[in-house]
Amino acid sequence: MSKIHTRMGDGRRVEMTREEIKAEIEDGNNNAATKGKVPSLTDDELDHLVDIFTTPERFVSVNPEDLVVMSTDVAPDTIFMNYSEYGGVGVPTDTVTAQMIAERVCGSDCVQNAFRGGNLKGTSVSIMQVRQDIEALAMNTIAPIIYTTMPNMGAYFKPDGPFDNCGDLMAAGKIKEGQETYEAIVPSIVKDAMYISEMVTSIGADCINLDTAAAAGDAEFQAVLEATEKITKELGLPVLINMSNHFVMGMHGEVEYNGKRLAGMMPHDQAKVVEESGASVYGPVVNTNTKKSVAWNVAKAAAVMKECGKQSNLPIHPNLGMGVCGAPMAEIPPIDAVSRAAKALVEVGRVDGF
Amino acid sequence: MSVGMHGIRTAGDLVLRMQISKKMRLNEAKEYVAKKLGTDVYTLSDEYAMKEIREELGIGTINAVPGQPKGLKAKAKIAELLDIKIPCVDLMR
Repeated sequence: MSKIHTRMGDGRRVEMTREEIKAEIEDGNNNAATKGKVPSLTDDELDHLVDIFTTPERFVSVNPEDLVVMSTDVAPDTIFMNYSEYGGVGVPTDTVTAQMIAERVCGSDCVQNAFRGGNLKGTSVSIMQVRQDIEALAMNTIAPIIYTTMPNMGAYFKPDGPFDNCGDLMAAGKIKEGQETYEAIVPSIVKDAMYISEMVTSIGADCINLDTAAAAGDAEFQAVLEATEKITKELGLPVLINMSNHFVMGMHGEVEYNGKRLAGMMPHDQAKVVEESGASVYGPVVNTNTKKSVAWNVAKAAAVMKECGKQSNLPIHPNLGMGVCGAPMAEIPPIDAVSRAAKALVEVGRVDGF
Repeated sequence: MSVGMHGIRTAGDLVLRMQISKKMRLNEAKEYVAKKLGTDVYTLSDEYAMKEIREELGIGTINAVPGQPKGLKAKAKIAELLDIKIPCVDLMR
């Protein structure tokens, strides 16, 4: 029986038969249904995924009328940044030139600016430089300008911030104190997000991307939702919310938004509260399991995205990058794997962008 | 790379603008933009056709043709064409 080249979630190349790939896809779909709590894909959709993963071409695509758009958390800055977390290539240029290269050379649908590392807390002391960059972007580029920042609740803990480390309090058995500290940080995140939004609005940014939301768990997600509500109502600045991982970790355990408990919330339910908060675009995440094949991971992600699109009226832009939504957890994700993940999420997951 | 509209090479920037500013889903955004441009959804992803359309409408292309609208000037035309507010254009006015 002929073998097909495919990959594992860490990027390693492996060989499988068509039957083995089909079994991987069915198992990934079942995992989405049982662990992700979403309806299974149909037989036709599963067959289509098998076709995507067994076609011999290295690179796959979609019909022209099905092409999607891409918002971004940091992509054009990877041209000049050499942060390993960004996978940057370290070309000695600056943010405005990098964005112009991204727009005119790479065909990026948007341009974006993010202060180094993207922390809300760190940006608030460097906002003048950020505003100069955005002003130059506004004059020189055509695509929508996204300002990207991350709540990063951990940056509010001592010694960087004024609050005790909630995780340490919890680990010491001080549950109540830990919860109260989480709750006390929320207004600080909202205040900083509002300040940064005011600053970028005053200079002409098109929207703000609150990225890596809920990385520190449910209280951080609450802060992002409350900040979004305030930013959209008071400033009229559109907000993109992009998640950090598949489900919301219950680090606090009891915080709610509009009467809905955030701990353990899955993407299709996150989509509803994100819409209620007033956001414009929702970016869900399904973490890639490196011990499973790309086909397994993509089947799971496609089932989750399909349900997100059903539960929300907002454009759905899943985070498709190294280690999320089926893309392998590798610093240079192979194009055969990424293009298959993208095609599957468009044709089966029915996403609105990436 | 494999499934993207690719920004100002085609009409990707315009479709994304409608998603961000009006919360439109993909198909609705494409239909809206196609109607405003006087074309169809298929053509929105056609680099050859879109270069001519973008040059004719003065909304910018990837080629830095001297005298053609770029940057803020192109965005002012896009705001009019799509009937939306673009913050930096409003600030300029």
